[in-house]
Amino acid sequence: MRVAPAEPCVPGFLSAYPALAPRLPGAAVPWLRRCRDEAMERFAALGLPTSRDEDWKYTSVAAIARRAFGVAAAVDLSDELHAMVSRHAMVGTHRMVFVDGHFVPGLSQAMPLPAGAWVGSLAQALDTRAVDAEAFFAAADEATDGFAALNAAFWSDGAWMDLAAGVALEVPVHLLFVTTRSDLAVFPRNLIRVGAGASATVIEHHVGPEGVAYLGDTVTRIVLGRGARVAHTKLQQEGRKGFHVAAVAAEQGQDSSFVSHAFAFGGQLARAAIATRLGAEGCDARLSGLYVGSGRQHIDHHTCIDHASPRGTSRELYKGVLDEAARAVFNGRVIVRPDAQRSDALQSNRNLLLSEDAEVDTKPQLEIWADDVKCAHGATVGQLDADQLHYLRARGIGEGDARALLIRAFAADALAGIEHGPLRVRLESLLPGALPEAA
Amino acid sequence: MGKGSVQLDELISQEYRHGFYTPLDADAVPRGLSEDVIRLISAKKQEPAFMLEWRLKAFRHWLTMSEPHWATVHHPPIDYQDIVYYSAPRGKGDGPKSLAEVDPELLRTYEKLGVPLQERELLAGVAVDAVFDSVSVATTFKDKLASLGIVFCSFSEAVRDHPDLVQEYLGSVVPYTDNFFATLNSAVFSDGSFCYIPPGVRCPMELSTYFRINAKNTGQFERTLIIADRGAYVSYLEGCTAPMRDENQLHAAVVELIAREGAEIKYSTVQNWYPGDKEGKGGIYNFVTKRGDCREANSKISWTQVETGSAITWKYPSVILRGDNSVGEFHSVALTNHWQQADTGTKMIHLGRNTRSTILSKGISAGHGSNAYRGLVKVAKSAAGARNYTQCDSLLLGDRCAAHTFPYIEVKNPTARVEHEASTSRIGEDQLFYCQSRGISAEDAVSLIVSGFCKEVFKQLPMEFAVEAQKLLGVSLEGSIG
Repeated sequence: MRVAPAEPCVPGFLSAYPALAPRLPGAAVPWLRRCRDEAMERFAALGLPTSRDEDWKYTSVAAIARRAFGVAAAVDLSDELHAMVSRHAMVGTHRMVFVDGHFVPGLSQAMPLPAGAWVGSLAQALDTRAVDAEAFFAAADEATDGFAALNAAFWSDGAWMDLAAGVALEVPVHLLFVTTRSDLAVFPRNLIRVGAGASATVIEHHVGPEGVAYLGDTVTRIVLGRGARVAHTKLQQEGRKGFHVAAVAAEQGQDSSFVSHAFAFGGQLARAAIATRLGAEGCDARLSGLYVGSGRQHIDHHTCIDHASPRGTSRELYKGVLDEAARAVFNGRVIVRPDAQRSDALQSNRNLLLSEDAEVDTKPQLEIWADDVKCAHGATVGQLDADQLHYLRARGIGEGDARALLIRAFAADALAGIEHGPLRVRLESLLPGALPEAA
Repeated sequence: MGKGSVQLDELISQEYRHGFYTPLDADAVPRGLSEDVIRLISAKKQEPAFMLEWRLKAFRHWLTMSEPHWATVHHPPIDYQDIVYYSAPRGKGDGPKSLAEVDPELLRTYEKLGVPLQERELLAGVAVDAVFDSVSVATTFKDKLASLGIVFCSFSEAVRDHPDLVQEYLGSVVPYTDNFFATLNSAVFSDGSFCYIPPGVRCPMELSTYFRINAKNTGQFERTLIIADRGAYVSYLEGCTAPMRDENQLHAAVVELIAREGAEIKYSTVQNWYPGDKEGKGGIYNFVTKRGDCREANSKISWTQVETGSAITWKYPSVILRGDNSVGEFHSVALTNHWQQADTGTKMIHLGRNTRSTILSKGISAGHGSNAYRGLVKVAKSAAGARNYTQCDSLLLGDRCAAHTFPYIEVKNPTARVEHEASTSRIGEDQLFYCQSRGISAEDAVSLIVSGFCKEVFKQLPMEFAVEAQKLLGVSLEGSIG
């Protein structure tokens, strides 16, 4: 079952939808079918974003629009797939593996979960909890761009996590999304609901094959109850020819705490939109990120921290290391709504350019509608400090090692707050400084 | 803060002090815009053919454009056919030869505004090229400047007396295709100031122009062109006040600065046009395109602005850093009170090697005011060693105002260093308390703190302006503390 391969992206999806829709999860659930149909109408109206959209000013998706992608109906369990999963697995996690958009229990690894914690496939959950999920979907599907609408129409599976009040999920949940073939489009969708006082750690991990083009279009939605705590790590290691478009949106309840880490290493064009809404009093949001680009990679992060209620605190630090002809885009938006008094927001974006051809476009953005606030942001773009290099070289460290050391030190800040040991080790191994040019 | 708030309200609700209207016999063209109106303007001004052609090209291009809506400002739609595009105070045909010939009504208006046009000008050392509505009525110190080879005159005179200079430089920084409002200006601009500083000349005095908007319903479209030739220096002051008016007035000016090798231009503005009343009724729409071109090496252009007026300010004084080692600066204080909206900032386009730019922006919002900083720092691949430092601070006075920051940073050269910092906070209660506990009234304390907040910008202003700016801010802000 393929989307007509000769057609480029937008008409291809439009024409494929009617045939595909009856076979997508929840097709028998009327409200869900309606959600998908409406999303398809929105996609037909919106199309893919262009550089005329302010949010996509620096990121052209023409390379995606030109191609035709197919949707995988079934999964082939090859040896390479097993090898790939074991390479990316992390010990001590509750692992769910999704291959080409479909949950594969055989590759997953369940850990004992406390009572009141439901962690499973969204497609399966819909059969058992359909009514419960409706409100969640309606809120999640306020698609503002074509990719979000596409995901809402075509999503095939993803994680459904539902934690009752007070449940502390000690074991991190590792959601591993594997794409196996070229020209596939996969649409994972994760819905995570964490009840009052409950806590969870989620690792959303995207990997794919090298050398072939495919499209991953992911939506993750997280709802935090009163006093809930969620640590979400997005680890993007798509193949260097892959296209990756992801949205993470959190809605925070009173006194809740949301921690987001975003690490972007792969993809030829990777875009992550990470947003949180501090919807009740006393929320705390901590966003950090690291993007490392080389070759002709284009890596885009759009974050939005919406202080919609009083006494919220947010901290944000994004760092980028760009080599060769890589290009990074960072847009950090902080909104303080009217009456969100006593908000306290700090934001920082720092970029390191290592080559003549690298480029950074950064836009930290503050929109303040209340007066009793403390907000600050900063952005820097620069190169390695010549004095620091000189210092190291004067102590007998070769230029390559000195550069590697400084790059690594610059990037390592982004690991602060990662508590899970195996994840930390994994991330350390991925940090630049092991970059070939600096080795 | 209860008592402070009351005082603040009093201060905030102060009426516009410069709101008086001088009935003058205006020589206006009919409302609306068409090729005929443009031909009429050009004919009235007895312009050479190249000017008319340029205006018509701009007009034809304007017809293909649509009004931009990306700024965070809101206003009812503007009817461009309901504007009188030209009005000139009637003089004695050939224009006044001396102050004695100037309409006494006009002189009285300037007097009320404190324009040092007579003896005071000598004391102040200011040469004033006063633009009253659209035609230059008096120019002073011309002889002294002329002896140095400096040309400082109204735009119409420049077109008449120095057409070669005008033809060479007009539109070379802001082309007639630039943006909706600049294109409109190119088609219909009535007058403005022209300044040329010959090579190696350091202009011995601050050049100054007071722009006023007077005749009812006359949009004012001035055009300023300043050229500093090799090694020249000039400091130029532009100050504005406007009488109270009920209908919104469109103001779309264009300013072009050209600095050649080693030249320096310092351009300072105090803008205090009518901001509308307490309910947000009326006020000037100030949609201005200002751009400087550091065309050759080692040149410097510095913009300093104090924006306290206008219902809407839409203004991004920019510098194109083309020459190697050239320097661009932008210092700004923008204040919005009542229902004023400001979307202002700068663009620093680094093209040459070792170019440097500094941006210092201070935004103050009170009442329902909305204040946005929107800036672009662009480092092209060619701009090795470019350096930028940006600081944007916002101060909020009152819980219904807004402050936004939209800095765009685009870097394509790894040797560039770009830093941006911004902060937003309200006036510190501890600072207020400190002052008040030492017997300083809430109002004075606020004034003190705000002037401290703006000090870095004010110190960039020439002395005459610094005094006026302090006063303006005091008037606009007194009592905004709450």
